[in-house]
Amino acid sequence: MDTGDAAWVMTSAALVLFMTPGLALFYGGMDRAKNVLNMLMMNFWCLLIVPIVWVVVGYSLAQGGSAGGWIGNFDLAFFKGLSVAKGDEATLLIATFFGMFAVITPALISGAIADRMKFTAWAVFVPLWLLLVFVPVFKWVYGGWMHARGVLDFAGGTAIHVNAGIAALALALVLGKRKGWPAEGHPPHNMPMVMLGTGILWFGWFGFNAGSAGAANGVAVQAFLNTFLAAAAAGLVWVLVEKLRDGHATTLGAASGIVAGLVAITPCAGFVSGPAPIIIGGVAGAACAFAVGLKTKLGYDDALDVVGVHFVGGLVGSMLLGLFASPAYYGGDFLAGAFEGGGMKLFGELALANGATIVYSFTVTTLIALALKATIGLRVDEETEVNGLDLAEHAETAYHGTN
Amino acid sequence: MAKLITVIVKPFKVDEVKTALKEAGIAGITASEVQGFGRQAGHTEVYRGTEYSIDFVPKVRLEIVVDDPQVDAIVDTVVNAARTGKIGDGKVWVTDVESIVRIRTGEKGVDAI
Repeated sequence: MDTGDAAWVMTSAALVLFMTPGLALFYGGMDRAKNVLNMLMMNFWCLLIVPIVWVVVGYSLAQGGSAGGWIGNFDLAFFKGLSVAKGDEATLLIATFFGMFAVITPALISGAIADRMKFTAWAVFVPLWLLLVFVPVFKWVYGGWMHARGVLDFAGGTAIHVNAGIAALALALVLGKRKGWPAEGHPPHNMPMVMLGTGILWFGWFGFNAGSAGAANGVAVQAFLNTFLAAAAAGLVWVLVEKLRDGHATTLGAASGIVAGLVAITPCAGFVSGPAPIIIGGVAGAACAFAVGLKTKLGYDDALDVVGVHFVGGLVGSMLLGLFASPAYYGGDFLAGAFEGGGMKLFGELALANGATIVYSFTVTTLIALALKATIGLRVDEETEVNGLDLAEHAETAYHGTN
Repeated sequence: MAKLITVIVKPFKVDEVKTALKEAGIAGITASEVQGFGRQAGHTEVYRGTEYSIDFVPKVRLEIVVDDPQVDAIVDTVVNAARTGKIGDGKVWVTDVESIVRIRTGEKGVDAI
């Protein structure tokens, strides 16, 4: 493997790993003080369990087997047969890099189910969801039937954000609403923590998107630039919407917009160019700024807006890729978007891929949630919910009044 | 007889009130951060477009024990220092203190103030 490529992808993998603690802070700050440790721990649990599951069977099921299929096989379980002596370092590196994505994808779901899920139920949900939902969809998008049809997803718009976003909705629906929601407010307890988490996410996202080029090349450079622009454009638009609609530009609006833009550019990062990242980010910023209001209108308790930001942002970005994908700019062999002379072919394939992901992920996540509800139980008791999950579930308190 | 003056003020007025009380020769003040509402009621915060009404707003409670003859002058000092003329300036009330002991010396009554 080229040493420059190896150095960049290893660096990118570390950047993607850093996003999960960043996400934990982003969500934790938005949560209430009595539940912040539970939120952090749901994210850190993904850092503990997913690497093991990924190496034992996850990677093999997600990338093994023949091209064009539905699921991999067990041939690469425990990375069997790979060795540095045989020169397998490129496979080992990409498997590790993908493992970082496997860590953060279930972690994204945690925001929707804040304040009410039993930690043991979450602990079991994560590996089940990883193997039954993340792994098959990952296979379809990156080597399976969707890939064979020409579906594009540069770094995980469909495979990660649409997938986790709709799963978050399914799990939140089975769990039910937080006590008191929406009548009594659940405002963020620590906005500086949210802003720090946002900064870490943006920083890490350069590895997520530009690292997905798999090499230190021109595609990586353009993906890097697109990641820079789309996040700024989305944050800018979100804050403008707030200023015009509500009267104030808020820190949470800026943070949410940045994340919405990062989500939206993820499927597009190494496929679009020119003003496209600014347009994609801007549209996602506006769409998500309004989408976060849907939960109160429709009555589903997506506590920290995983659906409104990740599902909607991922879907917007993925569908806009159907308009802006530009093989001519990259000299690449992939379907062109409608604005790049490719007609509606790519748009149609992306609609099919997202539709299939939404139906599959929502259905299987609902089944996993119902199975857990019927066996070990999903929800904490009412007293724990009122007193906070930190003390009851983890025997810890984030902030003490004195000392 | 000793009196307890309890003062609820806006947090940003605490320094002015404290300075004025020290100039008036007060021996000690106990301060606590408290939350509450009066006629001002609470305020509204907006997160992701959703309005949250915050009923309890932060205030500072000052407790001052003085000898009876000083009470009116001290209350006036507090009111003058804490007033902005806007809603939410707070309240001052005075209650009787039955007994006081200075822990270090065991002094009692007005001597212990």
